[in-house]
Amino acid sequence: MSLKTALCAATALTVMGTTAAIAETITIATVNNGDMIRMQGLTDDFTAKTGHEVEWVTLEENVLRQRVTTDISAKGGSFDIMTIGMYETPIWAKNGWLVSLDDLPAEYDVDDILPAMRGGLSYEGTLYAAPFYGESSMIMYRTDLMEAAGMEMPDAPTWDFVAEAARAMTDKDNEIYGICLRGKAGWGENMAFLTATANAFGARWFDEDWKPQFDSEAWSNTLNFYIDLMNDAGPPGASNNGFNENLSLFQQGKCGMWIDATVAASFVTNPNDSTVADKVGFALAPDTGLGKRSNWLWAWALAIPAGTQKEAAAKEFIQWATSKEYIELVAENEGWANVPPGARTSLYENENYKEVPFAQMTLDSILSADPNNPTVDPVPYVGVQFAAIPEFAGIANQVGQEFSSALAGQQTADEALAKAQALTTDEMEAAGY
Amino acid sequence: MARSVTQQRKIINTAAAWAVGLLIFFPILWTILTSFKTEAQAISDPPVFLAFDWTLENYSVVMERSNYMRFLWNSVIIAGGSTLLGILIAIPAAWSMAFVPSKRTKDILLWMLSTKMLPAVGVLYPIYLIFIKMGLLDTRIALVIVLMLINLPIIVWMLYTYFKEIPGEILEAARMDGASLRDEVLYVLTPMAIPGIASTILLNVILAWNEAFWTLNLTAAKAAPLTAFIASYSSPEGLFYAKLSAASTMAIAPILILGWFSQKQLVSGLTFGAVK
Repeated sequence: MSLKTALCAATALTVMGTTAAIAETITIATVNNGDMIRMQGLTDDFTAKTGHEVEWVTLEENVLRQRVTTDISAKGGSFDIMTIGMYETPIWAKNGWLVSLDDLPAEYDVDDILPAMRGGLSYEGTLYAAPFYGESSMIMYRTDLMEAAGMEMPDAPTWDFVAEAARAMTDKDNEIYGICLRGKAGWGENMAFLTATANAFGARWFDEDWKPQFDSEAWSNTLNFYIDLMNDAGPPGASNNGFNENLSLFQQGKCGMWIDATVAASFVTNPNDSTVADKVGFALAPDTGLGKRSNWLWAWALAIPAGTQKEAAAKEFIQWATSKEYIELVAENEGWANVPPGARTSLYENENYKEVPFAQMTLDSILSADPNNPTVDPVPYVGVQFAAIPEFAGIANQVGQEFSSALAGQQTADEALAKAQALTTDEMEAAGY
Repeated sequence: MARSVTQQRKIINTAAAWAVGLLIFFPILWTILTSFKTEAQAISDPPVFLAFDWTLENYSVVMERSNYMRFLWNSVIIAGGSTLLGILIAIPAAWSMAFVPSKRTKDILLWMLSTKMLPAVGVLYPIYLIFIKMGLLDTRIALVIVLMLINLPIIVWMLYTYFKEIPGEILEAARMDGASLRDEVLYVLTPMAIPGIASTILLNVILAWNEAFWTLNLTAAKAAPLTAFIASYSSPEGLFYAKLSAASTMAIAPILILGWFSQKQLVSGLTFGAVK
């Protein structure tokens, strides 16, 4: 090799090395919740390892959803990483809006991601978003009230048992309500809960020809059961209650049972915030014996919008934030109860994590939900508490309004279902289904 | 003859005014009180009013998590910049409408106001795409322009109302003394309309400070003002009301203090022309 060639090669290598090591500043849009805020606090570790700086844009969930959808559909390029969910991922991937994550290195161990999560965040078998944490829903119940009612909660109860227990626990004079469930209208509010519940009752949103099914007996059974139960054993004004309202009621000891996101377990068992922290038990969301339970499946995941100028740095961040090492970093700094749950199989094999009281029930709940096969009868869509089509959010918001007003007593369940059927049929026809 | 008011009537009026004032102010007061509570106290039922352990913990958490000064500085520039730019454009416009009206002046005024009737979200995409092309997304200049355009009809209308109260003869006299158009607007009209201009500025600073649609939709990390700062503490899954209240208090404090010190100016400006 001549001196000239050697010099050229050395220069080229130096340039390549410099390029690879260029420190970037990446902008990440994310939601405001405990796990994400913890990640922001630990960003220094990422910067120390890679040299990249991170700018955070933290927004409330619904604002974030609108903000990132505007940006990605207009190709605004405001963000290098977006926090999105299982609903958006397959739709956006189909539109070609996301960078695929099929080239992550072997040490990242992509096979360690829980299969349900990986399935929900993939499109045509390719991963497009890496789960930061996952959640399902489960029953949180008051062990003391259950005992006082003379009943014992099985690990996998039926809806009949839950309804009987809720009515037995209710003591309205002392402001104790047997069951607190979501009633606030919205596709991510009451419709997340009711769609998952409908799955257990054998109902479905659409048949295989995309025909709406709200006129079915299964939907009538679902909605009437829910409204009757809430009238008998629910708190007053339940049609305005979402996650936070029910969390507040439960923490103040006013709910016998609460079926909601598994992430709530860490809140209700935290003695600083909850008056009933030491009296909480967990069980799987109920079923009706038809083979599907009433629990949903959700993941907040990190995805890279196509067209970002900082794809390499963004991928490095995703590898760091969703890695096994990150989980250990959180455990070291904040304790095992605060690590992001529901994303990796290895977490549930960890002896330290097994000691966290709600860990096993969270995993069991996640594993019992199947986004590719969510209902008793076959359906043409993917998603447990939603149908992953662009029209769903708009339709479910309207249907949610009808169901919420039925819960408030402004119309009957059958009237609400008839309206839901009519409006869904109209919207789907207009969308060309 | 002044209408005689009995002592009893005075007391009733005063009490009623205080009651209405407190009712309007109560949500802000409650936010401020909640910001000094723990998260558990913030949601306690029955709610605690004053008898709780006051803590500054929420403020220290918020200060640690967010770069408050950056959000504040962005708010100051965006609210101040859009108002000043709006005033610069609106003074000549209002002058022409008040003192040299044409047949179409009333129509133009109404047309300007009609732009406020369009829902902002209806033009979000066109504006977003224009700013992408111009490279102005997430910049303060973009928000200065947009907020100026949004508030311009109000600024023009307010100034027009104030200018109409000023006798045209004074301006005419100035012209006869040889004042140019520039001198007339700058040295005769503007000083006489100072209370009106001041209250217009104040009102528009408040409107721009509180504007939450465009400031959230056109910014990311660099140009985000205090509205985005508040939005970062709102959460549908998790009870962080005390921290949200602390963030809200910090966001409204500067404008609350500004309003407090300038309330005399604001009230006199807003009632200017109401009594002839």
